[in-house]
Amino acid sequence: MNAIEVTGLTKRFGQKLVVNNVSLKVKSGEIVGFLGPNGSGKTTSIRMMCGLLKPDNGHGQVLGYDLIKDRLRIKSQVGYMTQKFSFYEDLTIEENLSFVARLYNLAPIKKHTTETLEKLGLLSRRKQLAGELSGGWKQRLALAACTMHKPKLLLLDEPTAGVDPKARRDFWEEIHRLAADGMTVLVSTHYMDEAERCHRITYISYGNLLADGSLHDVIASAGLHTYTLTGPDLEGFIPALQADDGVQQIAPFGNALHVTGTDPQALKRALKPLEQHNDIRIEQAETNLEDVFIKFMSDSTDNMQ
Amino acid sequence: MSSVFSLQRLFAMLIKEFIQMRRDRITFAMMLGIPLIQLVLFGYAINNDPRGLPTALVALANDPYSRAAITALENSQYFKFTATGLSPSEARTLMRKGDVTFVVTIPSDFAKQAEAGRPNALIEADATDPAASGAAVASAPVIIERAVASVKEKNPSLKQDLLRSSTIIHRKYNPEGITQYNIVPGLLGVILQLTLVMMTSISLTRETERGTMENLLAMPASPFEIMCGKVLPYLVVGAVQVAVVLTAGRILFHIPFQGDLTLLIGAILVFVVALILLGYFISTIARTQMQAMQMTFFFFLPSLLLSGFMFPYAGMPGWAQELGEIFPLTHFLRVVRAVMLKGADWSEVSSSVYALFVFVGVLLILALKRFKRTLD
Repeated sequence: MNAIEVTGLTKRFGQKLVVNNVSLKVKSGEIVGFLGPNGSGKTTSIRMMCGLLKPDNGHGQVLGYDLIKDRLRIKSQVGYMTQKFSFYEDLTIEENLSFVARLYNLAPIKKHTTETLEKLGLLSRRKQLAGELSGGWKQRLALAACTMHKPKLLLLDEPTAGVDPKARRDFWEEIHRLAADGMTVLVSTHYMDEAERCHRITYISYGNLLADGSLHDVIASAGLHTYTLTGPDLEGFIPALQADDGVQQIAPFGNALHVTGTDPQALKRALKPLEQHNDIRIEQAETNLEDVFIKFMSDSTDNMQ
Repeated sequence: MSSVFSLQRLFAMLIKEFIQMRRDRITFAMMLGIPLIQLVLFGYAINNDPRGLPTALVALANDPYSRAAITALENSQYFKFTATGLSPSEARTLMRKGDVTFVVTIPSDFAKQAEAGRPNALIEADATDPAASGAAVASAPVIIERAVASVKEKNPSLKQDLLRSSTIIHRKYNPEGITQYNIVPGLLGVILQLTLVMMTSISLTRETERGTMENLLAMPASPFEIMCGKVLPYLVVGAVQVAVVLTAGRILFHIPFQGDLTLLIGAILVFVVALILLGYFISTIARTQMQAMQMTFFFFLPSLLLSGFMFPYAGMPGWAQELGEIFPLTHFLRVVRAVMLKGADWSEVSSSVYALFVFVGVLLILALKRFKRTLD
C-alpha cells in the first residue's frame, strides 16, 4: 500500500501559482527525500499532504484517507515537523510534551511524557524552557513531540537546517529507527548529504517532477559525465572551459575542479588542451548528486522567469 | 476521536494558555496592575466639576456687601482668591498668563447698586476650556445675590428682594455632582476594553508570528477548540478585573450600587465576551503583534471619545451619535451607569444589553469565518 498517493496537486495563493500539478507516490515504510529549489512549493505541497491546506486542484490519498474529505483523520495520524521550531518556547520541555499528549488524547499523559523524555535523554532537564535549548536539541524535541502519537506518516520540512553535523547525524539515525519500525517518512531538504540518506529521491522544480528513484537511478538518469581536475592555478582555465559547448558545469571543490557535461565525446574534446600541462591531473569521476541537482536547476531557470 | 470538538483538547489548550499567562510577567502585571492604577489615577484625577480655581480679586470697594459677596464666592469652593489687591490691568495680565482662571471685579458703587437690588460685580472667566469654568460661572450670580440678600436682611429699613424665579432644580442620581460616580463605572468599561482586546489579539497573533499556529493546526485541534482555548482564559482575566474595579470603586470612591448586582454582572459578562471576540477577530487580520496592537489602538481612541465616557453622548451631533453606536463601550456605559447609579431594572436597560448581544453574535461569526480562511 502507498502511504501517499497524490495526483495533480495545485495550489494558488491569489494570483501566484505555488504548486503546479505535483504528483507523488510514497510506499509505506519508505524514507523519501523531497527535493527542489527554493520557492518550488515543497512546503506548500507538504502542508497539503498533512491536511493543513486544501488543494485547489488534484486529488489523492494519504494513509488511505481522502486528501480533501478526511483532512481531520489525516491530521490525527500524520506527524508534521515544521521548518521553524514551532513548539512553545515559553513552556518547559515537559509542558510542551504534555500539551501534545493531551491534544492527541494519549492516556495516561504522565506516562507518555516521561517515556518520551527518557528516550530523548532530557529527563533531568524537563523543567527547562524549550526556548533555552540549542538548535540541535530543539530539533530533537520537535521530532519527539511530533512522533509521540506514533504517526504512520512523518512529514519533515527541511528538518536539519542550521543544525551541526553531529546533531544532524543523530537526527537521521532516529529517522531510520522510526522507519525501521514501519513509519513512512517524507523529508524536504536542500542538503545533499541528507538526500543521500533517503531510500528514494523525488526532485520537483516549479511543479515538474524531474527525477524520481533511488540515489543511483537519479544520478544515472541525469546522463552526466564528470572529470576531476587537480593541479595548480586551475582558475586560469575556467573561462576557456566555460566557453566550450561540451562543458555544462564547472564547480570548484577545494583544490579540485569538477567539470561535467552530457556528451562524453564533447567533454573529452574540451579537456584535451589541458592534457599538455604535466602538472594537471585529469581523472574520470563519479557524478554526484549535487552535480545532478545543479543541472536540474539550470535547466529549469527558464520556468522561473 | 471526535473530530469537531473534544473537551480533552480544549483542556490541553487551556492548560497551555494559563501556563503561558503565568509565565509572562508583564501580561500578568497588566491584568491586575492596569485596572488598579488607572482606577486610582483617573478616579482621583478626573473632575468634571472643578473646585478651588485660582481667582484674582480687584476690589474697588470695601463695604459689608462686597465683603459678604467675596466670602460667599470663596465659601462656594469654586473660587480661590490667589491674588488680591490688584489693579484691573494687573489682574488681566495674570489671566493671560494662565495664572488665574477668573478675575472678580467689585466696582466702587457695589454697595449702592446692591441696596437698589442690582448687585453689579464683574466676573471674567478664562473660557478657553469651557468645562473648567462652566460650573463656577453658572453658580456665581446666585451666590452673590444670596450674599447680598443676607446682608440686607440684617438691615430691616431696606426693601427686601423678592424671589424672582420659582424654578426648582433636582440633581438626581448624583445630587452632589461627584464626578467619580460617573467616571468609575465608565472606567470599568474602558479598562476592560483596553486590556482584554489587546491581550486577546496579541495572544493569538503571537502564535501566528512564532509559527506555533501552523503546528497547532497540523495537530488535531479544530478552529473552534483553538478559539475557546483562547477566549476562556481571558474571560477569567476579565472576571478578575471586574472584581478588582468594582471592589476598589466601592472602597475608595464609595460608588453607590443602586441596582441589581446579577443584572450588572450579566451585562458585564456579555460585554467582556464581545471584547474578547473583537480581540480575536483583530488577531485573524493582523499578521504581527505590532499590527494587532495598532489596530487595537485604532479602535480604542474613537470609542473612548465617542462612547460618552469622556464627553456627554447627548451633546454630540447626530452623525457622531450614530457612529458612537458601533462601539460596544457606548452600550455598556449606558447599562452600567443606569444599573449602578439609577437602579435601573432589566426592562430599562434591555435594549442596550441586546445591542451587546448583537456585537457578540456578529463578532463570533466574523472571527470564526476569518479564522477558517487563515488555514488556507
